Amino acid sequence: MLAELVDIVHFAEAGPVEPDARVDIAFVEGSITTAGELQRIQRVRANSRYLITIGACATAGGIQALRNNANVRDWMAAIYAQSEFIDTLETSTAIAEHVRVDFELWGCPISSQQIVAVIRALLFGVVPLQEQDSLCFECKRQGNVCVLVTGQQACMGPVTKAGCGALCPKFGRACYACYGPKENANPDSLSQRFQGFGLLPDEIAHKFLSINNSAPVFAEAGKKAKENGHD
Amino acid sequence: MGKDAVAQTQFLQRKDLQTLLDTLIAAGYHCLGPQVRDGAIVYDVLADVSHLPVAVHDQQAPGKYHLHYSQGLRSFAWANGPLALKPLLFSAREVLWSAERDDEGKIQFVQVKPAVQKTAVIGVRSCDLAAMRIQDQVFLEQQYKDENYQARREALFTVAVNCSHPADTCFCASTGDGPTAKSGYDLLLTELDDGFLVAAGSEVGKQIFIQLPLEQASDQQHFIAGEQALHAEQTQTRKLPQAGLAEKLLANLDHPRWQEVAERCLSCGNCTMVCPTCFCHKETEQPQLDGRSTEHLREWDSCFTQGHSYIHGTVIRDDTEKRYRQWLSHKLATWLQQFGNSGCVGCGRCISWCPAAIDLTEEANAIAGDEGD
Ligand code: SF4
Ligand code: SF4
Repeated sequence: MLAELVDIVHFAEAGPVEPDARVDIAFVEGSITTAGELQRIQRVRANSRYLITIGACATAGGIQALRNNANVRDWMAAIYAQSEFIDTLETSTAIAEHVRVDFELWGCPISSQQIVAVIRALLFGVVPLQEQDSLCFECKRQGNVCVLVTGQQACMGPVTKAGCGALCPKFGRACYACYGPKENANPDSLSQRFQGFGLLPDEIAHKFLSINNSAPVFAEAGKKAKENGHD
Repeated sequence: MGKDAVAQTQFLQRKDLQTLLDTLIAAGYHCLGPQVRDGAIVYDVLADVSHLPVAVHDQQAPGKYHLHYSQGLRSFAWANGPLALKPLLFSAREVLWSAERDDEGKIQFVQVKPAVQKTAVIGVRSCDLAAMRIQDQVFLEQQYKDENYQARREALFTVAVNCSHPADTCFCASTGDGPTAKSGYDLLLTELDDGFLVAAGSEVGKQIFIQLPLEQASDQQHFIAGEQALHAEQTQTRKLPQAGLAEKLLANLDHPRWQEVAERCLSCGNCTMVCPTCFCHKETEQPQLDGRSTEHLREWDSCFTQGHSYIHGTVIRDDTEKRYRQWLSHKLATWLQQFGNSGCVGCGRCISWCPAAIDLTEEANAIAGDEGD
């Protein structure tokens, strides 16, 4: 159905390869981690009417952005026998740090409905809806029992965007914040609550410094938690 | 049995509770009753009274809900869990209508009617009956009737249970909405050790009542029920300010406390969703990919979201201070102007289910308390 509405001109995993085609919509996956990508994203931007990032890596740097606060060379040396053959930048950064992004699809992974909804909106010529509210909305609408309140679990739901369908809380697990920070998030208050549950500063930092560790609100909260641990 | 006789409270032995359930089922009701699921007491399909939370008790505090077990016999020795009647009547997520475009480009609108089943809910508390009365006002007694709400409301049968074990977070005595149910139920139970006092509160309630194996209730049983009610009332420690609460709240819109609570508030919306009277919702289109049809979806929304105050390109309540103030001042003050009563029935859910452990009674007292005038 999708292929009847749009022409897919570049999608290496599915067949078509035409990296320098001019397009209406470019969906970009992955973060910027090499010098080649740094140049390529400029070309993608220049060739596209709308540039849309898909997932936590392209939108917030991904889990690999954890290296931004570490020494990448040391890490590589610790893992690879001949790390000099690895071509990489010191950092892993979100697409929006390099070029203008028209719309972001948060999530790790995103759902197919997100893609379909954004394409449909652009075909209609309207601005796609961005989910902004807390995950708690999805939990409560589904009638899930709150794991934070009943289990005093360190659930990230109250600072995380909805969108996943409350996958983890539905099975009694605390939210991992895959969909990134909700608007008007209050990580300080949630961190305090986690402290009350007995989490150590480093454990609190890890909650924020996960898949979306480079999203500014989470990066800041993680930093603060770490600093608390060193006081 | 004559009409007058059935109006009186009678006694049902504990062993006959299943008969009540069977009678409701035989009368065509889909029965829901309290059961333990995922560490909380929630309503679920009930066919067998042995699935009730027998000897289960709750412990509630701001941001905390915990169940524990005893050796007792009672099935209703606990206070309300997270779910009120609200999700059964005002659906959290439902399609209101759909639209389809034909080959000539003409658009057809079709109302989507919900599938409604006669439903009996066992174990409803007085605060939730009061909340239902408030939602009736909102959805049925304004200029436009909400047809979906109405259909479900008319199909609902309530078996209320007087509250004998309020939680620490309950304050229905202070709002005048409990712990004893006064009206709004079809049947009312008072649980005693050996059984239940039963009263009918409506015509449909009487139809079930007359089919039950009831006995004359003794003075002793009435006395125990009275003591139990008094005790339930007296154990409640939380209170809303009484004198001039609405006026004081509205006169204190710049009180520094709003900022203080905003520092703790996560703006997550849990309080409004567990609140049995909150009725805010949003509506969005869910177009099919081919662009020929769409479903118009209504979902619970909240004054804690950005979208709630998004008007013509601007978010009016752009920070948590304004959102919290909107929530509290609507619930306890401007609701009065709008509907003639308070929007709070003292169920305490917003206190227990707030992940930041914020207590609405504490905030209301800090801002508009009886002391410090
Ligand atoms: S008062 Fe509590 S439940 Fe309500 S929005 Fe704030 S943090 Fe969430
Ligand atoms: S405001 Fe809180 S205590 Fe009052 S009815 Fe709503 S949830 Fe219950």
